[in-house]
Amino acid sequence: MDDLDSRAAQALAEIDTADTLEALDALRVGLLGKSGIVTTALKALGALSPDERKARGAEVNRVKDRLADALAARKQVLEQAELDRRLASETIDISLPGRHGERGGIHPITRTLERITAIFSRLGYQRADGPEIEDDWHNFEALNFPPHHPARAMHDTFYFGDGRLLRTHTSPVQVRSMQGRQPPIRIIAPGKVYRSDSDQTHSPMFHQIEGLLVDETSSFADLKGTLAEFIRAFFERDFEMRFRPSYFPFTEPSAEVDIRWDAEDGSTRWLEVLGCGMVHPNVLKNCGIDPERYTGFAFGLGVERFAMLRYGVSDLRAFFENDLRFLKQFA
Amino acid sequence: MKFSENWLRELVEIQADRAALAHALTMAGLEVEELTPLGEGLDGVVVAEIIGAVKHPEADRLQVCTVNAGLGEPLQIVCGAPNARVGIKIPLAKVGASLPGGINIKAAKLRGVESFGMLCSAKELGIDNDASGLLELPLDAPVGTPLATYLGLPDASFELKLTPNRPDCLGLVGLAHDVAALFGSRVKTGEQAPAPVSSDARRGIRLEAGADAPRYLGRVIEGLDAKARTPLWLAERLRRAGLRPISAVVDVTNYVMLELGQPLHAFDNDKLHGDIVVRHAREGETLTLLDGSEARLGSGFLLIADEQSALAVAGVMGGFDSRVTDDTRNVFLESAHFAPAAIMGRARKLGMHTDASHRFERGVDPALPQRALERATELLLSIAGGKAGPVLRAENLADLPRPATLLLRRARLQRVLGIEVADAEVARIFTALGMQVTAQADGWQVTAPSSRFDIEREEDLIEEVARIHGYDNIPTSTPTGALTLAIEPEGRLNELAVREQWAARGYYEAVNLAFVSQELLQRWGFLQDLVALANPLSADLAVMRPSLLPGLIQALSHNRARQQERVRLFELGRTFRIEAEAVARKDAPTETPTLAVVACGTAHAEQWGEAARTLDFHDLKGDLDALIAWGGEPERWAVHADGLPAWLHPGRGARVTRDGVTVGHLGALHPQLAKRLDLGADVHVLELALEPVLGRRLPKATAVPRFPSVRRDIAMDLPEGVSWSQIEQVVRATVGAALQELRLFDRYSGKGVEAGRKSLAMGLILQDASRTLTDDDADRYIREAVAALEVTCMAKLRG
Repeated sequence: MDDLDSRAAQALAEIDTADTLEALDALRVGLLGKSGIVTTALKALGALSPDERKARGAEVNRVKDRLADALAARKQVLEQAELDRRLASETIDISLPGRHGERGGIHPITRTLERITAIFSRLGYQRADGPEIEDDWHNFEALNFPPHHPARAMHDTFYFGDGRLLRTHTSPVQVRSMQGRQPPIRIIAPGKVYRSDSDQTHSPMFHQIEGLLVDETSSFADLKGTLAEFIRAFFERDFEMRFRPSYFPFTEPSAEVDIRWDAEDGSTRWLEVLGCGMVHPNVLKNCGIDPERYTGFAFGLGVERFAMLRYGVSDLRAFFENDLRFLKQFA
Repeated sequence: MKFSENWLRELVEIQADRAALAHALTMAGLEVEELTPLGEGLDGVVVAEIIGAVKHPEADRLQVCTVNAGLGEPLQIVCGAPNARVGIKIPLAKVGASLPGGINIKAAKLRGVESFGMLCSAKELGIDNDASGLLELPLDAPVGTPLATYLGLPDASFELKLTPNRPDCLGLVGLAHDVAALFGSRVKTGEQAPAPVSSDARRGIRLEAGADAPRYLGRVIEGLDAKARTPLWLAERLRRAGLRPISAVVDVTNYVMLELGQPLHAFDNDKLHGDIVVRHAREGETLTLLDGSEARLGSGFLLIADEQSALAVAGVMGGFDSRVTDDTRNVFLESAHFAPAAIMGRARKLGMHTDASHRFERGVDPALPQRALERATELLLSIAGGKAGPVLRAENLADLPRPATLLLRRARLQRVLGIEVADAEVARIFTALGMQVTAQADGWQVTAPSSRFDIEREEDLIEEVARIHGYDNIPTSTPTGALTLAIEPEGRLNELAVREQWAARGYYEAVNLAFVSQELLQRWGFLQDLVALANPLSADLAVMRPSLLPGLIQALSHNRARQQERVRLFELGRTFRIEAEAVARKDAPTETPTLAVVACGTAHAEQWGEAARTLDFHDLKGDLDALIAWGGEPERWAVHADGLPAWLHPGRGARVTRDGVTVGHLGALHPQLAKRLDLGADVHVLELALEPVLGRRLPKATAVPRFPSVRRDIAMDLPEGVSWSQIEQVVRATVGAALQELRLFDRYSGKGVEAGRKSLAMGLILQDASRTLTDDDADRYIREAVAALEVTCMAKLRG
């Protein structure tokens, strides 16, 4: 008996100092295994009287439980230590850059053009387009520009040998959209346009967006309201705006739209951003629409101008140089 | 249109300061483009006379002048102007004056000589840009008078950006009428009195151009002094309108043109032979113009001629031989009406633009010739003397434009503008604009003055009401209308989505000009079906691009030259072609929306975790595969090694088809082209027609297979020349519907594989929709596939 107690006391000390799972398992076998001291002590019970066996049996089981608990506790400690070691060894530098994270970007002109088009789409304007190589009728005549009219001189036009031309504005899309159709018509037509003019503030190719609404009740007041809404939606703020009388052969009354722009130095100035007007009755007639029954308004804007204002681009030419150091700013 | 503010204020009452006037003009559609204040801060500047001038003892270019400024004592002033000389009248800035440029005048010593003031150029006074010497004033200028008083300063030059519909404002009197309407005031000019006729000099006038020239007035003025000096006030008004004073006769005609808007022309009467004939030019007729250029004319041009030869291109420019010179004694003044359509575009055809053509092609009031002729006569007689002959007149009244009488309906006005304008306001506006108005039950009957060529229909009247009432006074509203939904087909990708896909794969979008040089296209081998501009800006921008690639590769080179080694760009744009037959049929060129992609440098951005690798064909093909996969119908697409364009590497290029139709190309640039463009071998390109890319399958769902699939891997030893697509075809044809997928997972050549051969390892994923495949089934499929490959592709199964 005393022997078992002292052996158990010694074993408990050994368990507490075991420093590997293997050493601990060896201890377990020596104590609780087939020929371990506890098993041996239990086997020895058979030689005792029933009374002695009961008392001794209880004692041996107590020792067995204490040893088993100690083994389990130590095992958990060692396993935790092992896990900690493993986790420590597996730690990586999570600050290293990820693989293949590079991406490109959309050109600021496209971005602006799509944004503007989307704003009008939400008002039910349908996207439309036409050819970039136009004929004189669609680009000028149908839009109420008579041949040789001085208004044509405002459009420096690129011509082809056959008399066709590069469209000087997106307005011919108005004509193409109205032909063979009856109101209500609401279209938005973005695209490339061309003028034979090239300097710091003019590119021979640039982008315009044309809007057109023809219905039974549309008025100049509606035009003003629509453009005010658009400016607010595009810049996400309110602007002081003014509509100035102007002249386009295909609208009447016509207006140019200025917004009160804040310069970086804190000063403000009027900045022209749009041309617009009520669709000229001749244009409606040219497209087979009854100007007595229907009225409409149209507007046109330069995409580059809006992109420059929105993103603070100061040089128009940057849009067409395709320098990655510029393009990456819009990714 | 540039003019002096003081001049305008003399013609019409304006109860507003300069800023308010400018604002009102701009808001009435007469946009003030530039406003230059003139002659401000001229306190202490007076008219003075140089009464003595000697060379400065210490400086070659300076003179010591003695100047009479009306102060009793003459002043000593050192001056460096080349035109400083005794006897001239000049502006003197006295000690204590501070000039517009910020110069404060103090008594000073210049190289040892004392100077008490400064003699000034026009530029130093801020009244003109002329800095070439002292501003020489007329000799009768009163010494001691403040210069500002003498010159009628301060003033301002207004420059208006007039729209083509408002030629009536190309004369100050016309502008004054608009201003009067804006401010509710009155124009101050009265009737033009006829000049006294004191000679009977005449010349016949014959109109032979019908409606193109329905009215021609002229007059002979004899015995004038062509060398007479233009008075200061008139010269100053010209100057402030941007015109240089030239000579009395020219200055007077210019002045009347600015004042009334009627261009005039003066001929040397002694150079004319017989009657004036207004006719069309003959084909090939030539005339040397005032500016010395030789105009080659045709029947589209209107001519002023005499009985011998052409004298002037009507409404554009006079001729050289009949011009007024300093020796001219007798002039013939012309004041005519030409129809806009007869003048439009003619100056442009001659490569010129003149003040006269600018006005005539927009329309000059047909009522003006008489008034302008009388006004010019009045001025000429007073400046240059002479005796005026009677007014000579030829006209076809039936061909003169007659102002239309239009009806403006109240309801229409309200409908177009979206507001109700009070009847009284409408009537006030029309009356103020010089229109005849009669109220009617449902609107107004309006007749515009003959100066308003732009008033032709009801809408023109609506615009006038809106313009004078003020666009700002029209409220804003929101359109209402039927809410209809446009259908956007799901079976079609939109362009933005395609752009976003390329951006997501690491490409930046580029936007290039749509025209390129013929020379660049030649380098690429684009020689046929090109669409060339007739009037390009330069040879570099002469041909519409038949492909996006030349421009896109230029952009790539631009970036490579700026330390960007890895460049990936894409562009969406139209390409332009026209075939010979289409030219013959006068068809329009074909515009094809196109997608192009270029890439060079490493396959991936430089990275710590993987060995860097140069981009190759299959990288770009992977991007194409992803694009195609997105449309959901990869089976309609294929690549082919044949039929490549000359700009592709013949062994590393592919022709892309959809449904068997060629839609584009992909591959490495041809090494020779790459060399010509100064590029490396790593440049790869892709170009596709955009439309096929946008095609997208509408999904049609089928049940997910209920039975497991079986995978078998095989490695085949094959000749190099056998392509993967051949193998794919053979395997697919052999195994049939049970082949769910064929995956190539290794490609090897080298040790263990005979030279000229390669090993391809592939996985076959087999499946049957109705049952689980057994090992025997799978083995049989594999055996059949291997056998087929052995027979058709000289393949061997590797052990």
